[in-house]
Amino acid sequence: MSEQQPAGERPTAAPSPQQPESPYPRTFVARLSARYRVGGVVTPIFTTIVAFLAGGIVVGATGHNPLSTYRAIFNGTGLNWFFPWVLGGDRATAATNLQQTLILTTTLILTGLAVAFAFRCGLFNIGGQGQYFVGSYVAIFVGSSWAGLAGPAHIFLAVTFAALAGAAYGGIAGFLKATTGAHEVISTIMLNWIAIWVGNYFFGLAGPFQGPDQFNPISSTVADSAKLPVFWGDPQLQGLHVGIFIALGMLVVFWIVLNRTTLGYEVKAVGFNPDAAEYGGISVKKNYFLAMAISGGFAGLAGAMDILGWEFNISTPQILFSNIGFIGIAVALLGRNTAIGTLFGALLFGALYVGTSTRQLDASVFDPQLASNLTLIIQGLVVLFVGADLLIIGFWEKIQKGAKAVARKAPA
Amino acid sequence: MAAPSTVLELHGITKQFPGVLANDHIDLDLRRGEVHALLGENGAGKSTLMNILYGLYRPDEGEIVINGKQVAFSSAKDAIAQGIGMVHQHFMLIPVMTVAENIVLGTEPTEAGIVLDYSAARDRVRDIAKTFGFHVDPDARIENITVGQQQRVEILKALYRRADILILDEPTAVLTPQEATELFSILRNLKAEGMSIIFISHKLNEVLDIADRISVLRRGKMTGTIPREGATETELARMMVGRDVVLRVEKPPHTVGEPLLEVEDLHVLDDRGIEKVDGVSLQVKAGEILGLAGVDGNGQTELVEAITGLRSPTSGTILVGRNKIIRHAHARTMLDAGVGHIPEDRQRRGLVLEFSIAENIALHDYRFPPDSEKGWLFPRRLIERARRLITDFDIRGGGPTTRAGALSGGNQQKVVVAREVERDPKVLVAAQPTRGLDVGAIEYVHRRLVAERDEGRAILLASLELEEILSLSDRILVMFEGKIVGEYPPTVSEEELGIAMIGGGKERAA
Repeated sequence: MSEQQPAGERPTAAPSPQQPESPYPRTFVARLSARYRVGGVVTPIFTTIVAFLAGGIVVGATGHNPLSTYRAIFNGTGLNWFFPWVLGGDRATAATNLQQTLILTTTLILTGLAVAFAFRCGLFNIGGQGQYFVGSYVAIFVGSSWAGLAGPAHIFLAVTFAALAGAAYGGIAGFLKATTGAHEVISTIMLNWIAIWVGNYFFGLAGPFQGPDQFNPISSTVADSAKLPVFWGDPQLQGLHVGIFIALGMLVVFWIVLNRTTLGYEVKAVGFNPDAAEYGGISVKKNYFLAMAISGGFAGLAGAMDILGWEFNISTPQILFSNIGFIGIAVALLGRNTAIGTLFGALLFGALYVGTSTRQLDASVFDPQLASNLTLIIQGLVVLFVGADLLIIGFWEKIQKGAKAVARKAPA
Repeated sequence: MAAPSTVLELHGITKQFPGVLANDHIDLDLRRGEVHALLGENGAGKSTLMNILYGLYRPDEGEIVINGKQVAFSSAKDAIAQGIGMVHQHFMLIPVMTVAENIVLGTEPTEAGIVLDYSAARDRVRDIAKTFGFHVDPDARIENITVGQQQRVEILKALYRRADILILDEPTAVLTPQEATELFSILRNLKAEGMSIIFISHKLNEVLDIADRISVLRRGKMTGTIPREGATETELARMMVGRDVVLRVEKPPHTVGEPLLEVEDLHVLDDRGIEKVDGVSLQVKAGEILGLAGVDGNGQTELVEAITGLRSPTSGTILVGRNKIIRHAHARTMLDAGVGHIPEDRQRRGLVLEFSIAENIALHDYRFPPDSEKGWLFPRRLIERARRLITDFDIRGGGPTTRAGALSGGNQQKVVVAREVERDPKVLVAAQPTRGLDVGAIEYVHRRLVAERDEGRAILLASLELEEILSLSDRILVMFEGKIVGEYPPTVSEEELGIAMIGGGKERAA
């Protein structure tokens, strides 16, 4: 009783200083977007820089030169290809590296969108990884077993079915949330493990979908007709496939759906304030399902891009060690769950992974054992600081809260 | 310099926040043993001024003089040490502790320096309560006592800390009319004991009831201080708003037509599965305002939610025009049947605060042309309509793309009203439509409701404000414990309604 009464009266008059934000943002998404608004585009850039500075200190502490390390990482990403003064053999290497960066960026854009779209509906999709796998499995199945189809049709079918499979898999979590209230974080984590172990069974030794090689737990390889064309670089040496255009197209689709369709309007209304959405005649449950399904579709598409673009088959160790879906969470958070932000977030993380992968790092800069750990440390720092920028904005807000409280109720 | 009877003086208090001059050279003096009301619209700067006085904000300019001594506060602790006590609108009590424990919290009497000496605490609380004529049980747990009693505990807490200047921030906002009357008698006792009280409010009638002197703030400036004698509501309203305000609602007689909303034997459960609406039947006709009075929590909220499709009734029927809606209604069903709804909590239900004004205005109609066609949304058309409604409904503080959350409460409510009225509903359900609004906005909403009635809509007005019910309604139903316990004409006295609201009405006795 004691808490009910004042709570019922909460929105009256001016907020008291003890509860400055009480009548204001309600859902996590609404609170977060209020924070984001304070920071604008400055904070993600700022925190990324700070993360790299902190990474530099770690590198320095191991007795290496941070500057040369970062230069090696930068060259490893292939971004030096854009510098006109890089010529000859260096240029060829840079092109190869950049192709790798963009291949990873393609996948990360899509797994990032898988997190961002659900997020806009107020849902935290941790299941990008599982949805990615389900998409991958279907892409392998369609790509390897429907050989004989004409190239474009084969690709189209493989991609479409992979996306639909991802959507169905994401939709399960949405359906559970809508019907039983099961929290999507819990159900998507469980679905991730289901996808992982089902994949282990499928492609493991003596599994139903194990490839022709009896002694290795590897799937069949997709037919040439289902492989995405490579438009830059050598197809034999993992050149850049056309999936990057599909990913960029999906960024546009994401933006259009959110901003130019009634579906996006509903999704955002539910994300910001489900009570008001319900009052507006919007079915909250339907949108929970749809948002998770669409998210899953993006992740499933990511799986298809990897399988049809450059992996062509999947092995069980690969299934156990992949964390591409989880990196999508960092991409979406850094990108503020917007289309343009996801693009830059995916590019940053794609570059970071490719640039710090032991394969790319010059052994003369530092030895491979150290490199693999430093890779993790720098990646971890970026993720940590991406999270920390919310903290920074939180402090910032706290300083300004008195002012804001008054400004909000200022005479109109 | 200061007269001996003056306990507190504020000179030229100025506080600037980014973009807002919250307090602009404000002077105020408080005499011993007086109730000094501080009146003003939301955002006029009342709270800022009091937070400065209570040490929560530091003024940019100006001085605070207590008992002839200039003081500077750097925290609430300093203010408390100077004998200032503040009762916030939201109580700062710990629900699982007893009254006595809450009161002594922070300055507990102890045994051997560590253990709380509970009986000493209880005795002291009892002594203070006796001195000032309070009735509270020191051993009761906070969670088991009423809001009115909790407020008394807050006042006692201040007295326990030896406050002789008491600031009450909108104390009646959370009280029933009966509890408010009790509070006023307590305040008179305190006054008789020599306490000085600053009473913050935006309700004119209660200010005239309790205050000795009244100071009015408008947009951060002091418009004046006048004695209660001779002050009128009209005069105070003008000082607050800066123009003449029509306090009495102009309500020409109007002919009623067909019943547009018919509710029959409706039963509704609340979230905890308790039956909150117990067989309610009512009719609202075209061109009529039906007032639904009752103490908060007697089923009005659930009834309104059932009628607007936000809560499925367990049994009973709802008819809107000729559409019969029985169970498992969805808000969309009711919207499409022609029910408009001004929800009681505009920030939780009525608005998506992160959405722009334009997007909020489209909250129901986004799925129809011209807003959208075949699933494609046309933001520009949303903005065009919003621009028109912003002019028509005099929404201030932003344009179509301004976030709703950035508007003041009154303007937020105007957005809600604009949206609901624009849809041309047959039935308009208005729940607490003026809660938390200031005089100017209340006047607006009232005029609008009457205008919509005259348009031939059926209006169901659920309100906790008796005055609002009495001045707007053509008929009044009283709800008590989930049932309609009486129907009254608008000429009924406030007392009679008040008695019916607590279950003592004639119908119930019969």
